[in-house]
Amino acid sequence: MNFLFDDDQNMLRDAAKKLLRDKATFESAHQHMDRESDYDKDLWKLMIDNGWLGIAVPEEYGGSGMTYLDLAVVAEELGYYYAHTPFSASIFGAVEAIMTAGTEKQKHEYLPKLVNGDLIGTLALYEKAGRYDVAGISAEVKNGKLNGTKLPVSDGLCADVAVVAAKGTKGLSLYLVDLKQSGVSRSLLKTMEVTRKQATINFENVDAILLGAEGEGESLLEASINRTAILVAFEQLGGAQRSLDMARDYAIERYAFGRQIGSYQAIKHRLADMYVKVEMARSNCFFGAWALTSSADDIAEAAAVSRIGAVDAFAYAAQENVQIHGGIGFTWEADPHLLLKRMKLQEALLGGGGVWKEKLYKVLSSKQAA
Amino acid sequence: MDFNDSPKEAAFRKEVQEWLDANAEKRGPDDSSALSMFSERENPEMIAECKAWQRKKADAGWACITWPKDVGGRGGSLMENIIFGQEEAKYITPANIFMIGLGMAGPTIQVHGTPEQKKKWLPSMLRGDVVWCQLFSEPAAGSDLAGLRTRAVKDGDDWIVNGQKVWTSGAHYCRWGILVTRSDFDLPKHKGLTYFVVDMESPGIEVRPIKQITGGSNFNEVFFTDVRIPDENRLDRVGNGWSVSLTTLMNERMSIGGGMGIGSEMILAELQRVAEDAYVDGVPAKENPVVRQKIAEFYSRMKAMELTVNRTLSALSKGGMPGSESSIIKVTMGILLQEIAAFAMEMQGGLGAEFGEDASFSHGMWQELYLGIPAIRIAGGTDEVQRNIIGERVLGLPAEQRIDKAVPFNEIPTG
Repeated sequence: MNFLFDDDQNMLRDAAKKLLRDKATFESAHQHMDRESDYDKDLWKLMIDNGWLGIAVPEEYGGSGMTYLDLAVVAEELGYYYAHTPFSASIFGAVEAIMTAGTEKQKHEYLPKLVNGDLIGTLALYEKAGRYDVAGISAEVKNGKLNGTKLPVSDGLCADVAVVAAKGTKGLSLYLVDLKQSGVSRSLLKTMEVTRKQATINFENVDAILLGAEGEGESLLEASINRTAILVAFEQLGGAQRSLDMARDYAIERYAFGRQIGSYQAIKHRLADMYVKVEMARSNCFFGAWALTSSADDIAEAAAVSRIGAVDAFAYAAQENVQIHGGIGFTWEADPHLLLKRMKLQEALLGGGGVWKEKLYKVLSSKQAA
Repeated sequence: MDFNDSPKEAAFRKEVQEWLDANAEKRGPDDSSALSMFSERENPEMIAECKAWQRKKADAGWACITWPKDVGGRGGSLMENIIFGQEEAKYITPANIFMIGLGMAGPTIQVHGTPEQKKKWLPSMLRGDVVWCQLFSEPAAGSDLAGLRTRAVKDGDDWIVNGQKVWTSGAHYCRWGILVTRSDFDLPKHKGLTYFVVDMESPGIEVRPIKQITGGSNFNEVFFTDVRIPDENRLDRVGNGWSVSLTTLMNERMSIGGGMGIGSEMILAELQRVAEDAYVDGVPAKENPVVRQKIAEFYSRMKAMELTVNRTLSALSKGGMPGSESSIIKVTMGILLQEIAAFAMEMQGGLGAEFGEDASFSHGMWQELYLGIPAIRIAGGTDEVQRNIIGERVLGLPAEQRIDKAVPFNEIPTG
């Protein structure tokens, strides 16, 4: 038994840190917030050039066939350095959905292009009801034509192709939809987090290609979202660690009543609590990475505990980071609010603690019954 | 990363399982006795059972898996120790009364003891022939342990000790104790301490039980009146007692946090049992979404703690002493179990008020756990002390400003 990352991953982490430290800065995020542009195109190109997009994709589909442990390490660093690229939507979302539900032909057609950056993918699941189960979806596919409206869609303005959950003749199904075709109209959706642009996408009689068996949308989505959730949990873990580090640095730098504020137990103990939550979340995320890599039977349980831990740690760390910064933490110019808003976005898009606790209970009960 | 046993570990686990099968009885599915703590004062029969089990383990080579072979251990790995613990927890075995000896005194003697001292104390400790206790806290020295005032004065080849210790678990059945004293009141507080091993049968030692909030009496006050300790029982240099104590305390955090034998699967099964029998709004509690989500959350947090222990051990396997990381476990475990016990009692509705083994749910184990937990949150460095350790040693935050560090001990203000 070994519950740590190996040397390969540690080297990859060092390389990722080196690149992101200079290229994915809060300064660039601040500039980006006021811009129309979709994402950080320079950083995206560097990620493509470094082969990050295809880390966990098998070589036959154009990837480099490394492991999910490697991808998890990159995910954590993307969260830590606050990258604003379509990496999460395209790789953790669309690629995992196609890997889970796609036919061989679809995998060969789409994955190489998603991996080399020719295409940007995303998931279009949510609608006005704010949920993506059968009851929450009204988008419909009839005779291969999709009609409906999806929101929010991550990186929906720049994406080329979306995995869409819609009702087919046999119930909820997944579809691949080319977003460049006529009949697709998209607009910027106003969101709290403004560096990862979200969109409202309207589909009017557009071509939709079935992804996976018709009527199997719910179980396919469940399986693929579990995988997405583990990878996003690593991003959240990175964000939580960054919130802690930022608060800790400020507590050392800032003086009040003639002392560094970090010397007061009111602040010190809160930072210790942040650290404990981050480390607990890290342990559950490791379980997630391990399950993705080597233990498929554990994925549902591991996804839930990764997600529950990461949501909790990031929420606490991001909120208390603002608090420890005092008045400065409430200003637009300072960085803490960027992490706070990223935290809320990531929580909203895959469901909060309650959703995943309910899922976990079901998984554990069926495990016991078996 | 590999959560599974390596082939060597799997073979080890099989060997352990075979031995346990032959020597102990498997725990039944409704056995919740691991949740009980600090309820019944240990009596001679219980002590005899504990000693017999430890001797059995020692004879088979399982007593101290990670200890070096030259002091009687198995010379095994931390992972093998974890594997043994995981498997042993599945069987009905007597309480572990050897934690202070094997988990704290033993490691301290291994680091600070002379070859003669190791030879004198470690083999009988390992075999469970004698049980050890810890004489650290005093009425005016709890979290501020270095403020202790039990006095040791050199007299020929002996030391004469006078003072009072408190919160000494097992003092009434232990033969040896680890003892920190003040040998110089004119030096600053951390510099004037000296560490001894004391024979609890020495004249002048009086043990008085403390009645705890659980109703039980597992802890004691220990009074020292002109107790003679030979100088050969001193551990490390005169005046170096603080550094020796820190070795003990680091090991204590590790053993209290990691060694409770309560795991995520056990908690899940026990909570589900209550959720099946208890009713919320006229339906079984397990059908209530709030109940289900709380159970899932507790499982997730227990799982995180287990995995954190494993992660820490993986790091230690690659070299290094138990460090401040064990504070994470210590600071998480107590409060989490307290929340879990409180929740289990809440599910019971009015019957949550019951107490004792005739209680309607789980033989009253949740109530016992709830009352026992404060000891876990206080002993071995309170939750607050652990947060200071994490803040200062892990996060590198500045220390609290103090007025007691640089001045002679006898000039520090007292209440």
